[in-house]
Amino acid sequence: MHLAVIFRVTGTLLTFFSFTFLIPVLIALIYDEQTISTFIMAFAITLASGLLMWLPLRGNRELRGGDGFLITALFYIGLGMFGAMPLYFASATDMSFTDAAFESMSGLTTTGATVITGLDELPKSLLFYRQLLQWFGGMGIIVLAVAIFPMLGIGGMQLYRTESPGPAKDNKLTPRITETAKALWYIYLTLTVVCAGAYWLAGMDLFDAISHSFATVAIGGFSTHDASIGFFNSTAIETVAIVFMILSGVNFGLHFLVWRRRNPLLYFQDVELRTYLLVLIGLSAIICSLLYNHPDSNIENPVRDGIFQTISVATTTGFTTQNFSAWPSVAPVLLLFAAFAGGCAGSTAGGIKIIRVLMIYLQGMREVKRLIHPNGVFPIKLGSVPVADRLVEAVWSFFSVYVFVFMLMTTFVMLAGDLDFTTAFSAVGACLNNLGPGLGEVALNYASLPASVKWMLMFTMMLGRLEIFTLLVLLTPAYWRR
Amino acid sequence: MKILILGAGQVGGTLAENLAKEAFDVTLVDNDANRLQELSARLDIQTINGWASHPEVLRRAGADDADMLVAVTSSDEVNMVACQVCYSLFRTPTKIARVRSTSYLTREGFFSKEHMPIDVLINPEQVVTNHIHELLKHPGALQVLDFAEGRVQLVAMRAYYGGPLVGQELRLLREHMPKADTRVAAIFRRGQAIIPQGDTVIEVDDEVFFIAAQEHIDAVMSELRRVERPFKRVMIAGGGNVGAKLASAVENNYNVKLLEYSIPRAKFLADQLLKTVVLQGDATDRELLLEENIEQCDAFCAVTNDDEVNIMSSLMAKRLGVRQVITLISKPAYVDLVQGDIDIVVSPQQATTSSLLSHVRRADVARAHSLRRGAAEAIEAIAHGDRKSSKVVGRRINEINLPSGANIGAIVRNNEVLIAHDDVVVESDDHVILFLVEKSQMRDVERLFQVGLAFF
Repeated sequence: MHLAVIFRVTGTLLTFFSFTFLIPVLIALIYDEQTISTFIMAFAITLASGLLMWLPLRGNRELRGGDGFLITALFYIGLGMFGAMPLYFASATDMSFTDAAFESMSGLTTTGATVITGLDELPKSLLFYRQLLQWFGGMGIIVLAVAIFPMLGIGGMQLYRTESPGPAKDNKLTPRITETAKALWYIYLTLTVVCAGAYWLAGMDLFDAISHSFATVAIGGFSTHDASIGFFNSTAIETVAIVFMILSGVNFGLHFLVWRRRNPLLYFQDVELRTYLLVLIGLSAIICSLLYNHPDSNIENPVRDGIFQTISVATTTGFTTQNFSAWPSVAPVLLLFAAFAGGCAGSTAGGIKIIRVLMIYLQGMREVKRLIHPNGVFPIKLGSVPVADRLVEAVWSFFSVYVFVFMLMTTFVMLAGDLDFTTAFSAVGACLNNLGPGLGEVALNYASLPASVKWMLMFTMMLGRLEIFTLLVLLTPAYWRR
Repeated sequence: MKILILGAGQVGGTLAENLAKEAFDVTLVDNDANRLQELSARLDIQTINGWASHPEVLRRAGADDADMLVAVTSSDEVNMVACQVCYSLFRTPTKIARVRSTSYLTREGFFSKEHMPIDVLINPEQVVTNHIHELLKHPGALQVLDFAEGRVQLVAMRAYYGGPLVGQELRLLREHMPKADTRVAAIFRRGQAIIPQGDTVIEVDDEVFFIAAQEHIDAVMSELRRVERPFKRVMIAGGGNVGAKLASAVENNYNVKLLEYSIPRAKFLADQLLKTVVLQGDATDRELLLEENIEQCDAFCAVTNDDEVNIMSSLMAKRLGVRQVITLISKPAYVDLVQGDIDIVVSPQQATTSSLLSHVRRADVARAHSLRRGAAEAIEAIAHGDRKSSKVVGRRINEINLPSGANIGAIVRNNEVLIAHDDVVVESDDHVILFLVEKSQMRDVERLFQVGLAFF
């Protein structure tokens, strides 16, 4: 292990990202708010810490195979903690460090679970900062770093793999990893700009439009209002949100392919995307009919709210127009289950990812076929493309670890916080899937949970965002002995 | 006519044999000296040992004055380069090459003089696959051959007890089927050819060749045997080139199971095919066949590259209750042994030879099919000229001076199918479909269709 190199790279990244604290300063200047010193202080501390890790440890060794896991984990933890500072220091929020860290980590992992109430009264620069955290976390800070720092060179791929969501971690869109990362960010940026414009046209003011576009495209779910999207009570805005949540839940590699070949038909040739849309449509229909038909339901617009909430939860965004946890019958739990499937691989959405669910289903069908034809040879195929057995295996281990982690964390959270099952189950589910809002006590926000539970949930969010194995590998003795 | 054959494999060897028998000058090139020696000892051909695409080797083989090049080595690439070399260095007029990989066939116009100068592409596996596919479409048919892009088909079938026309005179055919026009081209009774006349009586077990428009085939067949229900479940034994092509061609229309012995190949096939159920195992494994409900299968196609496996698995499948077995047999000697036990024998050589025959004929022949292991032949010849220059154009069919044993089955004029009754008059550019009971009559037929000097 060459911890020196790992710390140096982490220090470099931290130094670089300290400058992002200066963006909210601009907002503070525009709106003439008292938060400037808060951000400057956070910037100074982060910059100093970054330089301290970077400068003394000069050494020119390249990154090796497993170094990426540690760097990514350290960086997420580091940025989560340093990112908590503006919220902690700000006089407008009277937050404990735990709460600040929870908010920061929830932003960075695009979970969107919040502990703050009274968002509407907060300074705009602080609100903007929260949204910015989500935006950076959406496409991934590591991917951004790989795009901007060619100096990471060969190690870029190692890092990129630790953060990219989906089963095929080595998928490159272009021959060079830097170009791939850049392409992803260009698409991400384009989507964000278009989304902001659409929100603006739909009636948001410019600040809200930009802020919400960050949270929408990142599939985060932070809002600048306590009532989330429900604040605007506008069908147009909800439609824009639905469209961009769906778009952001699509594999960005597929967006890239469509853009490169100028052929939108490619979208519909992709099996994962077709399944994804099918799930969203089917689920919306079920939820709407549940809301429409159930005697206990007293929702004014079952179709409008049903569709919005389904898309928002199923893509793991977590915007709300209604308190869906109070919905009748099976609806809340069904939505939570849908969040487990999440979006497509390579998107900004969380969850297990549609493609993995699809592969698990296909493998189940294969077992059935094998029982009927004991001598049959049945490959797993997505469309007409066979999938390597190695990948199917990886999907299964991912799934089992996911379920195991979920059970383990639920148990710990229940034990530590003395919580009821619904709250613990949904809080861990919502954090692991990077969804945000849960059921029971955590339906609206997470403020009421004890500190220990919040730290556990932060860890869960990281597990979800980094798809478990990146963190899990660090917890094995074999990694440190290698 | 000088013909240069590259590659002395199964296809090359059989082709050389067939052509040498018809008195063509055949030169065979291969890099396996033993194989060449074996063939040259048996056949009247010249052999050259060397790498088939090298200009030096081709020069030695006489590419300068060859009339035709047939490149059938096992490598697509060697075949293609050989054609390019012959075109660029030796100006060989006709270049025929076997290209198996469909990847090369994606772009229209790739095989043209400017790019890859190959005049005719042949793909024996494709021919065999099409052949079996046609047989699956028409349960009960022994052979189904296309003419005029499939508008007219020549069908061989065995007459069975229970067919309405069996035991009747041929002239009754028209009364039985006023709508479906057909013509019986030949009847083989116990191996002997009978030229069908109006008063010929069809007997049980006769092998009947008839020609009809594609849409009438099934109606005619139902006259000669009880109606067979269409095939639904098909089992293919052997996942080689033929098996794989066949499975992918028919998997959308039938329930297909494909048996393949090699594990990696089975895996590869399962990856490639969409609906086919690929089974890994031995085609002659009785337990496996039973486990896969062989008795429920309508057709069993044995297309491995091993004659013995094909025969044994077919016999077993037939014994276990398959309705129809179709068996690929390369060795001519085996064909006679299994007559009667196996429903249909498909010979890959015959298929390949057929696809090349039309190019070696002197008249303008669009399509030729070798039948009954090369003894008989059916051709689609194009009539040219006028009443003066041609011996067929402007004449009624009963006026044409055909050699005995040859008869005209149908005429295709501007996409319209005319069944050849005596009063039909042949026009220029008609596609005339002839059936020759004896191949030796080919010379006369060729002469008949060649345009006389007056045409020029």
